[in-house]
Amino acid sequence: MDVLKKVPVREQDPKVRATNFEEVCLGYNKDEAMEEATRCIKCKNPKCVTGCPVSIDIPGFIKEVEEGNIEEASKVIAKYSALPAVCGRVCPQESQCEERCIRGIKGEPVSIGKLERFVADWSREHNIKPQPPETLNGKKVAVIGSGPAGLTCAGDLAKLGYDVTIFEALHEAGGVLVYGIPEFRLPKETVVKTEIDNVRELGVKIETNVVIGKSTTIDELLTEEGFDAVFVGSGAGLPKFMGIPGENANGVFSANEFLTRNNLMKAFDESYDSPIVSGKKVAVVGGGNVAMDAARTALRLGAEVHIVYRRSEAELPARVEEVHHAKEEGIIFNLLTNPEEILVDENGRVKGMVCVEMELGEPDASGRRRPVVKADSEFTLDVDTVIMSLGTSPNPLISSTTEGLEVNKWKCIVADEVNGKTTKEGVYAGGDAVTGAATVILAMGAGKAAAKGIDEYLSTK
Amino acid sequence: MYKILKKEVLANNIYLMDIEAKRVAKSCFPGQFIIVKIDEKGERIPLTICDYDREAGSVTIVFQAVGASTQRMAEYEVGDTFRDFVGPLGCKSELVDEPDEELKKKKILFVAGGVGTAPVYPQVKWMKEHGVDVDCIIGARNKELIILEEEMKKVAKNCYVATDDGSYGFKGNVNDKIKDLIHNEGKSYDLVIAIGPIIMMKFVSLLTKELGIKTIVSMNPIMVDGTGMCGACRLTVGDEVKFACVDGPEFDGHLVNFDESMKRQVMYRTEEGRAVLKLKEGDTHKNGGCGCGGDK
Ligand SMILES: Cc1cc2nc3c(=O)[nH]c(=O)nc-3n(C[C@H](O)[C@H](O)[C@H](O)COP(=O)(O)OP(=O)(O)OC[C@H]3O[C@@H](n4cnc5c(N)ncnc54)[C@H](O)[C@@H]3O)c2cc1C
Ligand SMILES: Cc1cc2nc3c(=O)[nH]c(=O)nc-3n(C[C@H](O)[C@H](O)[C@H](O)COP(=O)(O)OP(=O)(O)OC[C@H]3O[C@@H](n4cnc5c(N)ncnc54)[C@H](O)[C@@H]3O)c2cc1C
Ligand code: SF4
Ligand code: SF4
Ligand code: FES
Repeated sequence: MDVLKKVPVREQDPKVRATNFEEVCLGYNKDEAMEEATRCIKCKNPKCVTGCPVSIDIPGFIKEVEEGNIEEASKVIAKYSALPAVCGRVCPQESQCEERCIRGIKGEPVSIGKLERFVADWSREHNIKPQPPETLNGKKVAVIGSGPAGLTCAGDLAKLGYDVTIFEALHEAGGVLVYGIPEFRLPKETVVKTEIDNVRELGVKIETNVVIGKSTTIDELLTEEGFDAVFVGSGAGLPKFMGIPGENANGVFSANEFLTRNNLMKAFDESYDSPIVSGKKVAVVGGGNVAMDAARTALRLGAEVHIVYRRSEAELPARVEEVHHAKEEGIIFNLLTNPEEILVDENGRVKGMVCVEMELGEPDASGRRRPVVKADSEFTLDVDTVIMSLGTSPNPLISSTTEGLEVNKWKCIVADEVNGKTTKEGVYAGGDAVTGAATVILAMGAGKAAAKGIDEYLSTK
Repeated sequence: MYKILKKEVLANNIYLMDIEAKRVAKSCFPGQFIIVKIDEKGERIPLTICDYDREAGSVTIVFQAVGASTQRMAEYEVGDTFRDFVGPLGCKSELVDEPDEELKKKKILFVAGGVGTAPVYPQVKWMKEHGVDVDCIIGARNKELIILEEEMKKVAKNCYVATDDGSYGFKGNVNDKIKDLIHNEGKSYDLVIAIGPIIMMKFVSLLTKELGIKTIVSMNPIMVDGTGMCGACRLTVGDEVKFACVDGPEFDGHLVNFDESMKRQVMYRTEEGRAVLKLKEGDTHKNGGCGCGGDK
């Protein structure tokens, strides 16, 4: 083996996978994992750990993998993360743990994410369950939202003996993990459900179909329902649109709607009732992970798919791996292109999208070169469906119904990074609701920090 | 799981159910809605809250079996359960927050079209409980399609019934009846609340605009989550885009772009689906089945 290179990971062939919703990446088997583990030199002062938002003892678990003690490895990870099978799949490792790995200076870093995924998958297949605490401390904590932030906060508190209930607005727990990220990147039944069940194993109760701010409020939870503290992990919120003509036509969707219909409501499966209109020619506007997911979903539903993005390839905010996968599968990239209008037929359906070409000008405040319209470059893209993937803005449902909970000028909940404390006593927050759309592992990190903050608060109260 | 406590057939294809849902019953108000999901594979179906009993912890819904999901719902009986039932969603009716003294000064007319009678009922009942007298028109294509008339009569000061074919009550659509009340019976109104098929709300709004009467309508676009996450329920009000599930469902009828909403509502309607409906029920689905005749 070449120690400078990662042990390659098996993937479904691009031509085959473009027509199904099965997972793209097949992961390591035990031999491959043990071989990859030998590449880690178990640094005394491991840089990789500093790149992980939940500080997993990376050399610690990799050492166990190398020796073939997978159950031990899973115990090491479990001390830090409640969702290893998820993170091993969707963490942007290349800019976190793996970016700092010493091996990466000369050659490829250790494949930390794929090893983590292997350990988690192995534990699931061998039915390794986390242990609930032996005694409860008699204190109750409510967690709002069952995404990665909420699940992590709930899991950590349960391990410390708190009686935790998660309240979730949708009919299924998991947040973006179930309604946003598609099946072919993150299998729902096997991976997500199992990790959520593991959080339940710790004694956490999950009440679905409860919208905080409507069904009940934070103040009622604290006063009438006897909770001693509340954690808010309600996610990123409302989808943005461009405000261009034709945007309310039939066939224009937010990425959230398109992905939710397909992932949560399983519209791709005939036996489910929810419909999805998947066009023959689809334009996805935007260049982030969400845009890639929407594009690759539309492709699998049988469409020709264009990514329309106003900057160049170098500025695409999506993970490199996702862009690479999208290209392999046949997604067409219309870069330096911006929509101006959606054309609508007499029945109110999309019949094309007028775009202009862009070029990159001077850098703007974000340091990225600002795209400017090229003169006389207007053209019409022949599409029948447009998916807007332009990010989100915070949902005011909770902030507007909770006395004393401050939001910043972007309407995100104000919370202390170190302990998740908000401006209201006993209320903590973290994840996308605080930072705006970010990543699974950052949300988990925030959930962890808040669990610690809540424990400190309630132990001294 | 949410248990069905009561089931009634109000008219051909229109069903009433009381569902046990304690959290919803405790916190809901007139104007709000719920989303029900029958089972694992069901759609999320939005339905207006038609009544509630805070003590018993139950919520009343009335629905018309129009498509696959609502037809499947109609097969459920007392004692059966629905997998999911979430709410209350949307904003409560503006009137609920107005002081009773202010309300009493207003002359209010409710206009209910077809199944729209169900969401009108709790609002009229609220008025009655707060000592406010209001008038109400119930409109439908024919006598068989009139629902909740007895209940409404108990809570509205005057309740008028209008049928297109004249098989019961006033002969004509709801707009004809509004004109009749104003021109022939010397009535005047400061506020109209119209709930029914979009086409009816559109034409009522056009008429009241002419008459200069402020009008509130309750929009029912296609929805998915009902919490503001997906944007499926967007509609144009004035020159703004609003999400019906969080900003509504009630809006100023003089500002809503009804034509756009009508097109959006049939997004998932297939030719085949329409054929099935036509076969089963005759040509009732062209205007939402209320027969208010607003499209004439
Ligand atoms: C399509 C898509 C792909 C992505 N891909 C990646 C990726 O590859 N890697 C990565 O790291 N990150 C990715 N992300 C981002 C990542 O998923 C999020 O940053 C992360 O899920 C945020 O976690 P959270 O717990 O803060 O919120 P969420 O996961 O959004 O969960 C919030 C939960 O709270 C619930 N809720 C909201 N309001 C209420 C209320 N009032 N009452 C009760 N419940 C409520 C919501 O229904 C939801 O279930 C992706 C996001 C999307 C949309
Ligand atoms: C806030 C809100 C409140 C509502 N309240 C009630 C109520 O109290 N009683 C009631 O009977 N219905 C109500 N509706 C409409 C109800 O949700 C739909 O009739 C139902 O979702 C149709 O489901 P289906 O699968 O049976 O029909 P589908 O097979 O989905 O559709 C059958 C037909 O109904 C049309 N349709 C689909 N969705 C809607 C919709 N949201 N509104 C109107 N037509 C639709 C389709 O275009 C098609 O023509 C409400 C909708 C909303 C958004
Ligand atoms: S959780 Fe994410 S950042 Fe941390 S070690 Fe695993 S893959 Fe790397
Ligand atoms: S930095 Fe790389 S080589 Fe060092 S411990 Fe971490 S994974 Fe192993
Ligand atoms: S139904 Fe999804 S935003 Fe309103």
